[in-house]
Amino acid sequence: MALAKRIIPCLDVDNGRVVKGVQFVDIRDAGDPVEVSKKYNQQGADEITFLDITATHEARDTTVHTVEAIAAEVFIPLTVGGGIRTLDDIRRMLNAGADKVSINSAAVKNPDFVAEAAARFGSQCIVVAIDAKKVSGEGEMPRWEIFTHGGRKPTGIDAVEWAVRMVNNGAGEILLTSMDRDGTKNGFDLGVTRAIADAVPVPVIASGGVGNLQHLCDGVTQGGADAVLAASIFHFGEYSVPQAKAYMRERGIEVRL
Amino acid sequence: MNTHIAVIDYGMGNLHSVASALQHVAPDAQIEVTSDVNRVREADRVLFPGVGAIRDCMAEIRRLNFDKAIADTIASGKPLLAICVGLQALMDSSEENGGVPCLGHFAGEVKGFTNSTEFRAARDEGAASGERLKVPHMGWNQVRQAKNHPLWHGIPDNSRFYFVHSYCVQSRDADVIAGACHYGIDFSAALARANVFAAQFHPEKSAEHGLQLLKNFVGWNGQP
Repeated sequence: MALAKRIIPCLDVDNGRVVKGVQFVDIRDAGDPVEVSKKYNQQGADEITFLDITATHEARDTTVHTVEAIAAEVFIPLTVGGGIRTLDDIRRMLNAGADKVSINSAAVKNPDFVAEAAARFGSQCIVVAIDAKKVSGEGEMPRWEIFTHGGRKPTGIDAVEWAVRMVNNGAGEILLTSMDRDGTKNGFDLGVTRAIADAVPVPVIASGGVGNLQHLCDGVTQGGADAVLAASIFHFGEYSVPQAKAYMRERGIEVRL
Repeated sequence: MNTHIAVIDYGMGNLHSVASALQHVAPDAQIEVTSDVNRVREADRVLFPGVGAIRDCMAEIRRLNFDKAIADTIASGKPLLAICVGLQALMDSSEENGGVPCLGHFAGEVKGFTNSTEFRAARDEGAASGERLKVPHMGWNQVRQAKNHPLWHGIPDNSRFYFVHSYCVQSRDADVIAGACHYGIDFSAALARANVFAAQFHPEKSAEHGLQLLKNFVGWNGQP
């Protein structure tokens, strides 16, 4: 008897449609978010993460309605991220049916925001999303930094120190995305995943770079992640969630079947 | 007459999920999210959810007179389902927030995972082998059905349910344990006595088994 490692399909949603870009350039349409969520629920996904990548403010209302529609039909945990900047944004998403919200740039801009959010809504619903890039060169001590704006803007903040600080501020979970790997299908950055999983007492979700089922296993066994997040391998039918779980189970990883 | 289910709202967290899950399994039921004790008294069955810090929860429960309404519901024999902090609030006390007296319906304490020496030993042992016991206990864990109960109907033993909590229930009365779970230490995943069933996990987030449990609750007559 043990806690299962979670498999989390991720929906990047732009203007009400699921999309997935390769390093944020090549956007392919992957469908209606409610239908996609229902499909993953039927497949036995352990959670769903919904990342709103819409830039415009007006589209936020669309997101609220989409989250409501998903929550009315899908009875597994739902995390919503993208554009969460105020306590009111959090309240709207939780009221729409999200179980957790994921905070990214707003935390970098104002680290106290995470503390305020955790104090108001509880750590259990506050996920801090960290976009990290390796900044050390060949042969140097490995070092990763936080990047914002879809990986374009460096901040100079050390990723591992940042994760620890965010947990001290009340983050209940860390969603770690390797910006070097996102969309590449070369597998997670296991170094930064492991460094953060070892450094924080809360669960860590590994994200960015999954191209095959072995990558999911590596995230857990080598990266030490409690959950693995993937988008394109599921969206375009290369693999199903049950295939992923069967593969992991055969390799001794506890999963929910 | 369609069953009227009151979902107690004492201002702590979002009750949308649990109300919509109930409506999903019982389309004809009248589901009412309410902070009015009179509506709770008039309901046929009562759902007592909870999320957040126990001190704030208990303060709001008492301020809104839900302590009395819950005691009355229990005494009336109407089915009551408590979830997560709802379960914890039914215990004698919680050590969260420096120690908080609770409603005392079940004998036992709510303890922090990381305050337990046994848990810390398991965590240290796990760390050496690469297995990390993170807190909160978040995700899908197996629940052993420690006794037969109408709310387990149609749910296989050792099914997985979704948990998210940093404090766990240690029942002092083994007879009331309906579900047992293990995460570094053994703890109570569900307690049941007479017309009360209380779960640490979230049935409203536990896919088909969770929905089955809610469906069982909607059809339950309150007899064990």
